[in-house]
Amino acid sequence: MTPTLTISRLTKRFQSVEALKQVSLTLAPGKRAALLGHNGAGKSTMMKIVLGLIPFDGGEVSVCGAHPGSASARVQVAYLPENVAFHPALTGEEQLRHYLALRGENPSQATELLSRVGLTHAARRRIGTYSKGMRQRVGLAQTLIGRPRLLVLDEPTSGLDPVSRRDFYDLLDGLSAEGTAILLSSHVLTEVEARTDRILILSGGELVAEGTLADLRTRAALPVAFSVRPAPGHAASLAAVFPEGVQGDDGLLRLSCSQAEKLPLLARIAALESAVADLDVIPPSLEDIYSHFSRRDGQ
Amino acid sequence: MSRILATAMSEFRIAFRNRWVTIATGMMVLFALVLAAAGSAPTGDVGVDRLSVTVASLTSLAVYLVPLLALLMSFDAVAGEVERGTLPLLLTYPVSRLQILLGKLLAHLAILGLAVTLGYGAAALAAIWSDPGAIAGLGSLWRLIWSSVLLGATFLGAGYALSALARRPSGAAGLAIALWLVAVVLYDLALLALIVTDGGGAFTTHALPVALLANPADAFRVFNLSAAEAVSVAGGIGGAAGTIPLGQSAASLLLWPLAAIAFAVAAFRKVMP
Ligand SMILES: Nc1ncnc2c1ncn2[C@@H]1O[C@H](COP(=O)(O)OP(=O)(O)OP(=O)(O)O)[C@@H](O)[C@H]1O
Ligand SMILES: [Mg+2]
Repeated sequence: MTPTLTISRLTKRFQSVEALKQVSLTLAPGKRAALLGHNGAGKSTMMKIVLGLIPFDGGEVSVCGAHPGSASARVQVAYLPENVAFHPALTGEEQLRHYLALRGENPSQATELLSRVGLTHAARRRIGTYSKGMRQRVGLAQTLIGRPRLLVLDEPTSGLDPVSRRDFYDLLDGLSAEGTAILLSSHVLTEVEARTDRILILSGGELVAEGTLADLRTRAALPVAFSVRPAPGHAASLAAVFPEGVQGDDGLLRLSCSQAEKLPLLARIAALESAVADLDVIPPSLEDIYSHFSRRDGQ
Repeated sequence: MSRILATAMSEFRIAFRNRWVTIATGMMVLFALVLAAAGSAPTGDVGVDRLSVTVASLTSLAVYLVPLLALLMSFDAVAGEVERGTLPLLLTYPVSRLQILLGKLLAHLAILGLAVTLGYGAAALAAIWSDPGAIAGLGSLWRLIWSSVLLGATFLGAGYALSALARRPSGAAGLAIALWLVAVVLYDLALLALIVTDGGGAFTTHALPVALLANPADAFRVFNLSAAEAVSVAGGIGGAAGTIPLGQSAASLLLWPLAAIAFAVAAFRKVMP
């Protein structure tokens, strides 16, 4: 299957800032990729280049087989900018009717689009009176116009409440099932973990990691933490068995080991039987994995 | 075409909500009525009908007001979108920058057309009411209306270009006012000064007609005055109108909007969101 989006060795610099350095990636139809990275990592810059809004200095970008920003690419790509804005004097419905007309669709679909993002009640109110989350929903609604083959969403869930976030990802699931490729950026790791196929981590303009969360977890090989609660009276004996452990004020003994040592260590603890009251195995958190990759080149 | 119309619809709606339609129409009607009232004292002893005289004075009014209204409506067109942050999203839609500008132009021209038609219409009604024979001047009224729309198109295009060059509404507003002052006020003052110092010499006979055609506002004035053969009542710079063939001032009126729009599109293409 030919990829919807192909980026190879993309380089972009703004005067003194090198915003993107030799970034390469591909996105197949129906796949959802999440772009993560610190503030100023280059996420928005990459998206604007994919949309043809700003030129780039080196490398190649192909969007649905066309040049970014070309007429044929624009027909097939929908975009949600970060901090999306609309003219405050128009109502949500009028704004969407306008966007529908610009895409050559029937403007009467505006009502249905607004109901898909839960804005039916405010359709006839001016956007100037909308809350931030409501404006964000208008932004989402306009990305659903037509049948885009590529969705580029810059922090799409910013400003959305938790329930709306879930509804939003449900909407994305439907679109990707129909073959739309989705590239989104986010700072919320938990939602990205559950609702996307692939994670891309940008750091200082470089693509430092790419893969499913499971891939990244393995590659990071971060230590697994154990938290052991000794049975009453056994604290000292436990500490003697595991001299590498750290005894906390809360009476818990904390141990850590590599992925490969996890099962042997578990067996050793289990062998102590009644000396152990309770045991928790804490895998590296998303934040741990993310910071491992994101900070790799000394941020 | 449908994209241009959709853009025009949206722009018209926005202009209406921002009271631009009311302001433009109100201003034109008010000034036209004041002119009609002021000009009603001398009767038709210049040998032309009442309406043609009114049209001649409306022409002098339009030379100032139409460019002003056009610049006021257009200076925000690109800079405002940049400032509000609506431009990046718009530019990812399958619509060209030319289509966006043409859509805005269509809406703004419609508003301008409405304003001048109502304004001049009110003055014409006043003229016809006091002198039924003034009906004979309807042709020159119609000419004044469409040439005002062309003049407006030139300054709308110039306003879009300044808006794209400035990228910030405050800067664009400053440039628009400067353009209005230079093109409509200072240019004529400079010409007048030159005529006076020249005293009917080479400048007045050779350079002046070219200088008048080179300025859209003067071309508009010359066109309407010479077409109405009302040159005698105009005097001043208008007095030179008689020496310029009608076809030339008409060509200037038609070419200026095209040049202004082309310039605006070129400037808009340089705007990076
Ligand atoms: N128009 C510009 N001119 C100069 N530098 C720019 C411009 N746009 C972006 N940059 C720089 O490029 C780098 C990447 O910015 P970008 O907006 O892509 O970051 P981001 O990953 O989207 O960050 P955030 O998470 O804060 O949205 C930053 O250092 C930024 O200062
Ligand atoms: Mg960003």
